[in-house]
Amino acid sequence: MHADDLLPGDTPLRLIDQDGRHHPDDRYPIPSTAALLDGYRRLVLARRINDQADALVRQGKLAVYPSSHGQEACEVAAAMVLDDQDWLFPTYRDTVAVIERGVDPFEAFVLLRGDWHSGYDPRVHHVAPQSTPLATQLLHAVGFAHAARMRGEDTVVLALCGDGATSEGDFHEALNFAAVFHLPVVFLVQNNGYAISVPLSRQTAAPSIAHKGIGYGMRGRLVDGNDLAALLAVLGEAVTEAREGGGPTLVEALTYRMKSHTNADDATRYRTADEVEPWVARDPLLRMRTWLTAEGALHEGDDAEAHAHAERIAAELRTAVMADAEPHPEDLFAHVYATPTPQLREQAGQLADELAAASTPATEEVAR
Amino acid sequence: MTLMHDAPASPGAADAPVTMTMAQALNRALSDALDADPSVLLFGEDVGTLGGVFRITDGLTARFGEDRCFDTPLAESGIVGTAVGMAMNGMRPVVEMQFDAFAYPAFEQVVDHVAKMGNRTRGAIRLPMVIRIPYAGGIGGVEHHSDSSEAYYVHTPGLTVVSPATPQDAYGLLRAAIAFPDPVVFLEPKKLYWSTGEVDTQAPLPELGRARIAREGTDATLIAYGPSVPVALAAAEAAAEDGRSLGVIDLRSLVPFDDETVCEAVRATGRAVVIAEAPGFASMAAEIAARVSERCFHHLLAPVRRVTGFDTPFAPPKLEKFYLPDVDRVLDAVDALQWEDA
Repeated sequence: MHADDLLPGDTPLRLIDQDGRHHPDDRYPIPSTAALLDGYRRLVLARRINDQADALVRQGKLAVYPSSHGQEACEVAAAMVLDDQDWLFPTYRDTVAVIERGVDPFEAFVLLRGDWHSGYDPRVHHVAPQSTPLATQLLHAVGFAHAARMRGEDTVVLALCGDGATSEGDFHEALNFAAVFHLPVVFLVQNNGYAISVPLSRQTAAPSIAHKGIGYGMRGRLVDGNDLAALLAVLGEAVTEAREGGGPTLVEALTYRMKSHTNADDATRYRTADEVEPWVARDPLLRMRTWLTAEGALHEGDDAEAHAHAERIAAELRTAVMADAEPHPEDLFAHVYATPTPQLREQAGQLADELAAASTPATEEVAR
Repeated sequence: MTLMHDAPASPGAADAPVTMTMAQALNRALSDALDADPSVLLFGEDVGTLGGVFRITDGLTARFGEDRCFDTPLAESGIVGTAVGMAMNGMRPVVEMQFDAFAYPAFEQVVDHVAKMGNRTRGAIRLPMVIRIPYAGGIGGVEHHSDSSEAYYVHTPGLTVVSPATPQDAYGLLRAAIAFPDPVVFLEPKKLYWSTGEVDTQAPLPELGRARIAREGTDATLIAYGPSVPVALAAAEAAAEDGRSLGVIDLRSLVPFDDETVCEAVRATGRAVVIAEAPGFASMAAEIAARVSERCFHHLLAPVRRVTGFDTPFAPPKLEKFYLPDVDRVLDAVDALQWEDA
C-alpha cells in the first residue's frame, strides 16, 4: 500500500452540502436515491428518538441521556452500511445506532433507565453492549473480527468512538492490532468537537484524526459527518474493502454535538452560542430533505409518513418506559458467574431474607 | 478452518503418570487443550517462536501453527481486550501476561470488561478466557518482576482466580480453567516453575473452587496458596520434628473460595495461620483471616494469625529473603497461637 493511499483528503468528503446541493466526486458516486430516501426516514426516527429521550430525562424516567442530536447521520450510516452478519460495537452515545440496527428501542434504553447495564441480547442483532469506558470496545471489535476470520466467517466489524476516545491508549492498541493482523474492521470516529468540555485541540495536534491512520499503516478517510450521502459512500467503501480482505480503515466524521454531553452537563460553560449557531444550518436532516425534495424523490406525504412512523415508535418507547417495571433485586447475583459461587448464593439468600422480612406484617408492626 | 465447539476431552493416550516440572506441566496442559478444542488459542508477547520468556508455550507454535499460538504487538491491554472480542465470538483465548507487574496496562480491560461482560449481558455473552500471569517472587527478579497482585483480581466480582502449587495442579487447574465458562486469572508461581512432581494427565480435572488438603494435622492449620504452599509444608515438617502436628491447606482457588474445606479443618484444630507473599494490608490473607474468624469463632483457641509480605513494594533481589514469608516466620506465628492457655 502506498503512503498516499493511506492519507485522507485535505477536506472532508461532502456529496450533499448544507443547502442540499450535490457536489459530484470522481471517486465516490452519490448513493442511490432509494438508499437516501430510506436514510432520510431513518434520520427522522433518529432525531425523534433523541428528542423523546431528552423528554424522558426531564420527566425523571431516564437516569441520564448522552444525546446524539446533530450526529444522526453518523448513527444512521453506521447501521445502514452493515449486513446482517456484521457486528456493531457502539458507545454510550450511540443508542440511536443501536436502535437503527434493529434493537428494540425499549431494550436499548434499559441501560439509561438504570434497570440494568445493558438491556438487549447482543447476539440477536449483532450489536455489542454499549461501552462506557472510552475506546475499550475498539479492542473487543478487533478481537471479534480476528475470531471471525479464524472461523471463516464473512463478518465485518464496525467500531464507533468519539474524538476524545482517540487520546486513550486502547484506541492506539486497537488500531495497531487491526492493522498488524489485517483485520476486517472499520473504525468510525465521530468527531463532534468536544470530550465533555475539552475541545479537539486538547486531544490532538495532528492535521486530522484521520491522519492517524497512516501511523498504523491503515487507510484514513475524512468525511462530512452531517452528510449522510458522503458517510454512506465512505463507510460503504471501507466495509467493502474490509469484507474483501483489504484490511481496516479509520474514518473520521466531522460533526457537532448540538446538545450538552448529557443532561447533567452545561455546554454554555465552555462554548458560545456563536459557535453553535452555524451548525444549526448544517443539520443532517435538513440537507437530506432539501436534496430529496429537489430530486422529486420526497413528497409531502412521504415526509409526513416518515414523521408519523417515528412518532409511533417514540410513543411505544414512551409507554414502555413509563410502565416503570421494577428490576428484580435477585438479578444482582444471577449472572456474575455462569454458576453463582457459594458466597454469592449466601448473599442472595441474605437479601431474599431481608426482602421477605420487610414484606411481612410483623415487620411493619415493628416499624410503626 | 472448522471448529468443534463440543470437542472431546484429550485423547486417552494411555499416559502413565510422569515426573515433570511445573513449567512442563503447564506446557502439556496448553498442548492438550489446543489438541482437544480448536477454539483454544494462545497469544501474548514472545509466546510464539521463542516459547515465552519462561518457555511455557515452548514448541506450541511449531506444533499447532501461527494461527493457534502467536505473538502480538507489545500491548497488554490490546492482548486482553482482543481476547475479550475473541471470546465473544466463539473462541477460548488463553493469553499470557509476561510478568505480574506488566499486566497492569490491561487492568481496565480486566476490571471493566473481562469481569463484567457476563453480568452486563445477563449471561447472553460469557467470556471463556484465561489470563495467565507469571506471578510472585522468589526468583531474584529486579523491580516489576515479582509482584503479588492477587488482591486486585480477587477483589473484582466476576473473576475466578486460581494458583497451582504442584505440577499436577498446574496441569489440572489450567485444563479446568480453559474449559471453564467464565474468565479465569491463572496465577503461576514463578519460583515453582522448575519444581518437579508426578503428573497424571488422565486424572479427573479438579473443580475450580475446591481446596486441597496438602497435609493432615491436628494441632493447627496452615492456610496457603500458590508459592506459599511449599513454605507451609516445610514449616509443618519442621514442626512435626518438635512434636507439633500442623495441617496444610492448599487453597488452589482464591475465587471461588472454599469456606467449607478451610473451616472444617480449622474447627478441628482450633488454630490457624494464613501464609501469603503479598503485603498483608487489605489482602487475600486478611480476607481469609476474617472469614475464618467469622465462621469458626467458637472453635478458635487463638486469634487467626497471618504471615505475609511486608507492606512495602516488593523487595529488590538482595533483600528478597527478608521480605518473603519463610519457615521460621511461620513457626514463630504458630508458636504465638496461645498454646499456654490450652
